Amino acid sequence: MRESRFNGVLFLIGLLLVWELVAQAELINPLIVPPLSRILRIFAELFWSGHIPLQILASMKRALLGYFLAAAVFIPLGISMGLSQTVYRLFEVVVEMLRPVPPPVMIPVALLFFGLEDEMKIFVIFFSCAWPILLNALDGARNVDRVLLNTARTFGLPQRKIIWNVILPASSPQIMTGLKVSLPIMLILVVISEMVGSTDGIGYFILDSQRRFRIAQMYAGMFALAILGYTLNQVFSLLYKLVMPWHVALMRLRDGS
Amino acid sequence: MPILEVQNLSKTYRQMGGETTLAIGDISCKVEPGEFVSFVGPSGCGKTTLLMSIAGLIAPSTGKIIVHGKEVSGPPANLILVFQEFNKSLFAWRSVLGNVRFGLEARGNHSRESANKARSLIELVGLKGFENHYPWELSGGMQQRVAIARALAYEPELLLMDEPFGSLDALTRLELEDTLLKLWEELGTTILFITHDIEEAIYLSDRIWLLSRRPSQIVEELAIDFARPRDQITTRAEARFMGIRNRIYQRINSEGAP
Ligand SMILES: Nc1ncnc2c1ncn2[C@@H]1O[C@H](COP(=O)(O)OP(=O)(O)OP(=O)(O)O)[C@@H](O)[C@H]1O
Ligand SMILES: [Mg+2]
Repeated sequence: MRESRFNGVLFLIGLLLVWELVAQAELINPLIVPPLSRILRIFAELFWSGHIPLQILASMKRALLGYFLAAAVFIPLGISMGLSQTVYRLFEVVVEMLRPVPPPVMIPVALLFFGLEDEMKIFVIFFSCAWPILLNALDGARNVDRVLLNTARTFGLPQRKIIWNVILPASSPQIMTGLKVSLPIMLILVVISEMVGSTDGIGYFILDSQRRFRIAQMYAGMFALAILGYTLNQVFSLLYKLVMPWHVALMRLRDGS
Repeated sequence: MPILEVQNLSKTYRQMGGETTLAIGDISCKVEPGEFVSFVGPSGCGKTTLLMSIAGLIAPSTGKIIVHGKEVSGPPANLILVFQEFNKSLFAWRSVLGNVRFGLEARGNHSRESANKARSLIELVGLKGFENHYPWELSGGMQQRVAIARALAYEPELLLMDEPFGSLDALTRLELEDTLLKLWEELGTTILFITHDIEEAIYLSDRIWLLSRRPSQIVEELAIDFARPRDQITTRAEARFMGIRNRIYQRINSEGAP
């Protein structure tokens, strides 16, 4: 485990070295592929000057708003659909119609309604994160073991408490799966929507750098985005361990270690 | 007044294809407060169905169930069912202590003393030292102890147990039988027990009802009057114990049941 991780880092360093050498030797047009050292220098400059952090802040504000809004709406809806056949039938058709729509298609629509404002991006992210969150919550709630539900009932718990004390924790691993899957989707959609219509944000920054032919700066933006994606994943894993230590331990047991 | 009265209960399951299974034919019985009674019957004869009906978790097709003088239409208060699949009935996200505390919380007791009460119950069922383990870290026998402690924490007046020791090894089984008897004598709970182990039923019960194959009915009622507290060696060694056991075997064989 440790060894394979180490090899992976070595491989990455090797790739970056090749990049640096190829660029230094000017094997590819240096305007398109600047040396890594230059990109890193520009990244460091833009980072310490606060320029990149500001762009990331602008993006994250939209992204997380859309993401948490989707969680707040679609976790309860998914659980309700998983528990009640009536609610399921009511929403099923609409969900099945909207779900296959590729989220970027919603950008022109959102532009009509919200223009270039933040609401446009928030809506697009909200829409794209909705489905994994909804379907996982639905599935999780629906598959809670009957024995578990009957146990709660024999202890005299009212429906409201059964949902809160049994169904929610029992389906929480799957709810977390939905939230985890939505994280990269959120990132993709905030970048796309900022490229289409924005005056700030990391997506705008990358496209704008390319248009102004500041290629090293464009790569620096991509670099920042990669770090951001990695950090988001790490933060999610950390929260997961904090919120559901029991499931982390259970998974470890199942993996046989 | 009996704590439980079953009047001409029958249950027919309807499958998706439209076929029907007559699980319970016609069962009537009465249980008095404080008794330890058992149902013995072959696999698939409707024992779980009977307990689920008494627990208000499924509706009978005909007949009535009366708990504490009230007809059952949903899960009655003061009644707990310990499920046959006890491992699925524990809360994976709660520790042993948390699972047992659930029984108290269900009563509205969230106090600090509730933790102490849960701890003493955990000790009573022999799980001291495992309070902070998760149920899935325990063996089957230990999980069943957790389920029993959680049920007792609720202080039910009527405890229904569905083949609670069916999947345990012989030694654990004997040990848990004694633990259960001790707790029952201490707490004064009424216990309705299901098993297909004839000797287990004789050892534990005041009365035994013998069930026929599906569609089940009671074919015989036996009163068991061995002195209490009972003992795994001396009680089981009594000549009458063997006599009762043999009689039940013969009765079941003449019914054509295994
Ligand atoms: N939900 C259901 N739908 C249809 N048939 C069912 C259902 N539950 C049980 N049955 C049938 O009813 C009969 C009695 O089942 P039940 O589970 O009550 O038996 P049991 O005596 O508890 O058996 P075991 O000793 O194996 O636990 C069986 O034939 C079973 O197939
Ligand atoms: Mg059964």
